[in-house]
Amino acid sequence: MNLASLAPLAVVLPILGAALTFVLIRHSRAQRAVSISLLSLTLLLECLLLASVWNGGTAAVNIGGWVPPWGIVLVVDQFSSLMLVVSSAVSLAVLVYATGQGMADGDQDAPVSIFHPTYLILVAGVSNAFLSGDLFNLYVGFEILLTASYVLMTLGGTGPRIRAGVTYVVVSVVSSVLFLIAIAMVYGATGTINMADLAIKLSELDQGTRTLLHVMLLVAFGIKAAVFPLSFWLPDSYPTAPAPVTAVFAGLLTKVGVYAMVRTETLLFPGDSLNTPLMVVALLTMVVGILGALAQSDIKRLLSFTLVSHIGYMVFGLAMSSVAGLAAAVFYVAHHITIQTSLFLVTGLIERRGGSSSVDRLAGLAKLSPLLALLFFVPAMNLAGIPPFSGFLGKLGLIQAGIGLGTPLAYALVIGGVLTSLLTLLAVARVWNRAFWRKAEDAEHPDPVLLAVPAPESGTTAVRLLPRTMVGSTLGLVVLGVALTVFAGPLFQVADQSAAAMLDRSAYIQAVLGDGASVPALALSGGGK
Amino acid sequence: MTVNLTLLTVMGALYACGIYLILERSLTRVLLGLMLLANATNLLILATGGYAGLAPFFSKDTDPASYNDPLPQALILTSIVISFAVTAFMLGIIYRTWVLARQDDIQDDIEDRRVAETPSFDAEDDAVIPVETSEFPLPMRGPDGSAAAEPTATVEAGGRTLLAEHAALEEKPGSANVTGADTDTDTDGGAK
Repeated sequence: MNLASLAPLAVVLPILGAALTFVLIRHSRAQRAVSISLLSLTLLLECLLLASVWNGGTAAVNIGGWVPPWGIVLVVDQFSSLMLVVSSAVSLAVLVYATGQGMADGDQDAPVSIFHPTYLILVAGVSNAFLSGDLFNLYVGFEILLTASYVLMTLGGTGPRIRAGVTYVVVSVVSSVLFLIAIAMVYGATGTINMADLAIKLSELDQGTRTLLHVMLLVAFGIKAAVFPLSFWLPDSYPTAPAPVTAVFAGLLTKVGVYAMVRTETLLFPGDSLNTPLMVVALLTMVVGILGALAQSDIKRLLSFTLVSHIGYMVFGLAMSSVAGLAAAVFYVAHHITIQTSLFLVTGLIERRGGSSSVDRLAGLAKLSPLLALLFFVPAMNLAGIPPFSGFLGKLGLIQAGIGLGTPLAYALVIGGVLTSLLTLLAVARVWNRAFWRKAEDAEHPDPVLLAVPAPESGTTAVRLLPRTMVGSTLGLVVLGVALTVFAGPLFQVADQSAAAMLDRSAYIQAVLGDGASVPALALSGGGK
Repeated sequence: MTVNLTLLTVMGALYACGIYLILERSLTRVLLGLMLLANATNLLILATGGYAGLAPFFSKDTDPASYNDPLPQALILTSIVISFAVTAFMLGIIYRTWVLARQDDIQDDIEDRRVAETPSFDAEDDAVIPVETSEFPLPMRGPDGSAAAEPTATVEAGGRTLLAEHAALEEKPGSANVTGADTDTDTDGGAK
């Protein structure tokens, strides 16, 4: 309990860092030192938070001493702290990568010095969204991270980025407006926006109103999570941003949407009958997303489509609303944040080494840079779900849960999941074959200098091709992805416990509202199993 | 309970205009639409607070119908600040679009268009095995000395029949797509 009261620091530290780096905007070295050390501190703190709830338990912090349901409350439980640790570890790796890129390219210009403050604000928004136990505070967390992401998306203000940024901003603002409308309606119907309080009061509403509120929240979060019919903005806008920015967006932003969907489904509307539509949507997200990936020749666009596709797995686990399914979804979110981010970082390295991210212009990279090939190969196989990697374990968990459910739709999803996994393998194998495996002279339009055999001597190109910091941070993230496989046992145990706690709800509600509070809620949650 | 009809009508009108405007291609109109949507939502939140003109204070004994809930107004304040920031940012983007492209319209994604126009025929994967695929320049011979594959192998693409090697040339990046009627006689295949 004492440790959990440090939870606000997970939001405050990055914001403090943002303020400091903004003051130090002319001193890029001090800026780097401040942002990396504060983010490391945040990560350390979040590891402590995770350790404090590792064996179960939920802790709530009342901001400003206001008693819930009136004040803002931050809730630390296994799911939220696990998400915090994974997201901060990934953001730290990306930050190191970005500073490495900045140092290698000698970016002393104004737009790049804005990167550090904006990035830290993004991290603060993500932390706030994960911790929030209040629907409006969740909205504020979303807005913090979105506003920061608008700036990062259009960093430098080049033509393609502005074009992509317009799509992204307009879609995000529309989804935020939908979310705000849903909050207004929830408040109008129940008179509260505290999520634990809502868990009790929403069950007293009649079915029609509940379904309306439920659908509105899911649509708002579905846009942010890029679930199939609402996912078209994502492959359009992500690939043009700078490599580290795309990496952190792909890892974190959609997952915040998934996190909000999980909370909506388990805490606010357990047992409501939207599981069937969610399953259909999950199937379509998986299959349509991966079919889109197969058509792409640009690696970044291809990865954006696999990102959309794999959101389907998480929605699949969520829609089963069983402990096994939800646990697999929790594990899959942690796995996918790490893997997708490392793949985008590797793509950034490929772009530096080969001069392009299009597989038509790349060739022979396996020979030119075996380390780069290894860095791509491991997370790519992990994404496709090749045993023994964590992607395989997560998909196995989902498939077992689907078979355990035993309905025809669940079997359809299991088949769709296996198919998507195979098609993902096909998509990344195509990248592997063309960019890494084939001979350099087979490329359609290779870069004559960068892809020359033998490799150009260091010093012949204007910039360092593979700076040690960039390779090191990517390697760290790939190792983290492998570590998720090695420590899958304890991780799955935590995921299991957190799924059981989320479906039970009483721990969450009692932690926020006090021990006497949860009685009417439990009667209803039985329908969800 | 009575409802403030004026507020609701204004809200509905703002939503209608906002949705109409964000469907336009002109960025300034889209921005105006987003602002209208945000303000309509603010009115919606305001409507959840109770009657206009009532005091927000209450004690335990106050009848719920005789005071106004102050929380929605705090929510509106937050939402106004957020939409202000987003509006300022959008104006910056619109100005930048104008500086870069001298137009106010939403631009198309070129790579997306390119992928969409790629024919479903893929020369590398789908062609009937063309003349030869080995690295040896001579055509392969069967055991009896005859050519194993006809040099005039043809493929079906875009509803027409053309030589496999021409189709393969056209598939290369930067070359013309399989559209022009004269490409099947053009031995360069558009690979300038």
